[in-house]
Amino acid sequence: MSGRTADVGPGPAGRRNFLAELLAIACGGLATLAPIGAGLWAFLDPLRRKGAAASFLPVTELSALPDDGVPRQFAVITERADAWTGFAAEPVGAVYLRREKGSGTVEALSATCPHAGCFVEMESGGRCFRCPCHNSTFTLDGGIVAPSPSPRPMDALECRVAKNGEVEVKWQKFRAGVAEKVVQ
Amino acid sequence: MNRPDTRSSVARKGPLGRLADFLDDRTGYRAVMHEALYERVPGGARWRYVWGSTLVFAFMTQVITGLFLWASYSASAQTAWESVYYIQHEMTGGWLLRGIHHFMAQAMVVLLALHLLQVVIDGAYRAPREVNFWLGLVLMMLVLGMALTGYLLPWDQKGYWATIVATNLAGIVPVFGPSIQQLVIGGTEYGHHTLTRFFALHAGFLPGALILMLVVHLALFRKHGLHAKRPFTRPDAMFWPDQVLKDAVAMLAVMAVVLGVILMPALRAMLAGEPVHAGHLGAELGAPADPSLPYAAARPEWYFLFLFQFLKVFEGWGATGEFLGAIVVPGLIMGVMFLMPIIGNWRLGHRFNVAFTLGVVAGAGLLTAMALNEDYYALWVDKAPLAEAQKLYDETGGDETKLAAALGGDTAKIAAVEKQWKQLEKIRHSQAFLDAAKQARLDAARAIELAGRPEKIPPAGMLELVRADAKSQGPRLFAQHCASCHAHVDPRSPGAEAILAKASAANLFEFGRASWMRGLLDPAQVAGPAYFGNTAHKEGDMVSFVQGDLADADQWKKDDIEAVIVAMASEAGLADPGVQPAILERGRALVADGERCGGCHKLGDNGTDLGSAPDLTGWGTRDWLVGIITDPTHARFYGDTNDRMPSFGKAAEGAAPMLSPQQIGLLADWLRGDWYRP
Repeated sequence: MSGRTADVGPGPAGRRNFLAELLAIACGGLATLAPIGAGLWAFLDPLRRKGAAASFLPVTELSALPDDGVPRQFAVITERADAWTGFAAEPVGAVYLRREKGSGTVEALSATCPHAGCFVEMESGGRCFRCPCHNSTFTLDGGIVAPSPSPRPMDALECRVAKNGEVEVKWQKFRAGVAEKVVQ
Repeated sequence: MNRPDTRSSVARKGPLGRLADFLDDRTGYRAVMHEALYERVPGGARWRYVWGSTLVFAFMTQVITGLFLWASYSASAQTAWESVYYIQHEMTGGWLLRGIHHFMAQAMVVLLALHLLQVVIDGAYRAPREVNFWLGLVLMMLVLGMALTGYLLPWDQKGYWATIVATNLAGIVPVFGPSIQQLVIGGTEYGHHTLTRFFALHAGFLPGALILMLVVHLALFRKHGLHAKRPFTRPDAMFWPDQVLKDAVAMLAVMAVVLGVILMPALRAMLAGEPVHAGHLGAELGAPADPSLPYAAARPEWYFLFLFQFLKVFEGWGATGEFLGAIVVPGLIMGVMFLMPIIGNWRLGHRFNVAFTLGVVAGAGLLTAMALNEDYYALWVDKAPLAEAQKLYDETGGDETKLAAALGGDTAKIAAVEKQWKQLEKIRHSQAFLDAAKQARLDAARAIELAGRPEKIPPAGMLELVRADAKSQGPRLFAQHCASCHAHVDPRSPGAEAILAKASAANLFEFGRASWMRGLLDPAQVAGPAYFGNTAHKEGDMVSFVQGDLADADQWKKDDIEAVIVAMASEAGLADPGVQPAILERGRALVADGERCGGCHKLGDNGTDLGSAPDLTGWGTRDWLVGIITDPTHARFYGDTNDRMPSFGKAAEGAAPMLSPQQIGLLADWLRGDWYRP
């Protein structure tokens, strides 16, 4: 092993080299910092992006929603921006709307399960909601049916009936898996 | 291994030292570090040994920046340009990340050349290092392959057209060429799979192969030790820290150069007091790839320019020439390089190797210079002494017999002028490239402007947006279909007169605006080249009306004419916003008046029938312009008095019209100046 020495260790030579070692590490570190720094700078870009502000979106006509207390599923349609692409109005999610007998007001529930974000479905019998992922079960007004993996009831959305008879829902998403309803 | 017992003083060690001992016991990392760092450098550390290390550093930089770019890049014909745009212009620091990747790739090619030169000059390819030399050559080809594949990934005009050329050249390889080409581009057409394959090559296959080879390259390097250059002037030193320090300084210098190139325009702008747009720093992004648009500015990246120029040596040889220039000669050069370790054993062999390598580098440098000179010739040549020759060229149309006649058969003079004509031709070629490059920059800037609209890019991709953009498509359509008769030039601009004189129909600059109408109603201009002067209407009713009635101050007061001008611009929707409604009313009434304009022209329901003169209802609006471009012979426009204007939107039986409704709409929007403005 001709090109290698075995006797280099802490000693006078090592101390003389201290400055050189420090400089080498500094120069190499600085040079390497540029690509890593630039990479992280760009990689962390999503953290500064905020979701679109919540707004009331027309979902259906009041006349299209029977007043029988049975929830019905409606698509939420809105414009959407995905990084560089702008989409014209298209379905971005779903809500369940429900109207009691003779009532002019509408209750809206987000179809997104508060447990882990799956799409909650109406049970085939129409007696309750059930999430197909982990079997979280909810009553027709969104309440928890124990025992349930979901930490909170289904998320109610603000809902109003406009003068022209359109049912408008404030489309919002909430953090999954926590007991409190926190806007995402 | 005989190394000092670093554990003899365990008792005095702190927790960190004990953790290090724990790890060393289980991994033996100290021995590995020791082996890696304490390599003897015979004759001491030297700057000439840094090239290999800077190359490894450059490659590591590419891996790091490449992985981060990967996190935001999307390889498909509808998303590649779009995602690169997003990285460059919308993500924080994206411009810096992409800039480092782009310019470090170029630095890497330079470092490769330096490393190779140093190895050949020092004779480091000799036994026992032959295999490592060959590995180095393979590594070089892998790096060039990554440069070639990376150029396409933004899917912009220059990457697209450069790749078309490169893959077509691959296609001329005998027997397997067409199959290789089809495999590389992922089919017979350039598109999604060209990108996915190039991306897989660029970020997977090639760097994977490179890392494998690099590991062996470095292992062999350590096995044989550093090839020290004699004579030694200083005592031996250790790799760490002496040589590492020099390597690290060189790495920092390389990075400083790369960052300098990226940040230089920002510094210049700051010194000039101009705003700095981060998105415009670093690597450029051309307009999105468009197979339907000629791209005369197509050039490979500068380090491939010599190959591009070399092909021109074989111009006129047809496919054989291309085969020779693109495959055979570069192949032979690589062949000789591979044989260098063997040639080096012969007497004078080493000298041959050095001379050959320097010759290739010098040749490549010369070819690069020639290529640049051909492209930029018009910028630095003095055109003044060529004025006479240019005049003769214009007079004779470049015809040699006519030139001989013009110069009275003076052979010496004819020869001199013909030589200058050759120079003029070179200038024309160069100017064509410069114009194309300028157009490419404008197109790129416009595409980036459009991509930044609040509506963002449509799902079909950027090309759809660019093709529907009146500002960039209007001039092209106009040049192609309208400019053979119509001018579109600001009459106040220098050189406008010559352009107007050549036109055989009206100047459409600012058509629909007050400025245009003011010229039409000017007795001095209406029969001039900017209006009816060069048309069949030169002696028509409108000209005699403007030069007769309108010029008579008793019939038409100046204010009335101005009111008509404003009313017409308002009809087009292009009047100045500050116009008084009363003036508008008056102008409109004058135009509608059967005793005045309304005698021939219809305006709204003024009772004038169509057929005698163009309908002024909605004159200059998009709808009106679309109508006249579609069919000027319609009764709403010129009817049977139409001069020579074709009906662009009307098709003959069983044929397609000359222009599609979308194209006609783009022309109308462009003439009206109706396009997206940020």
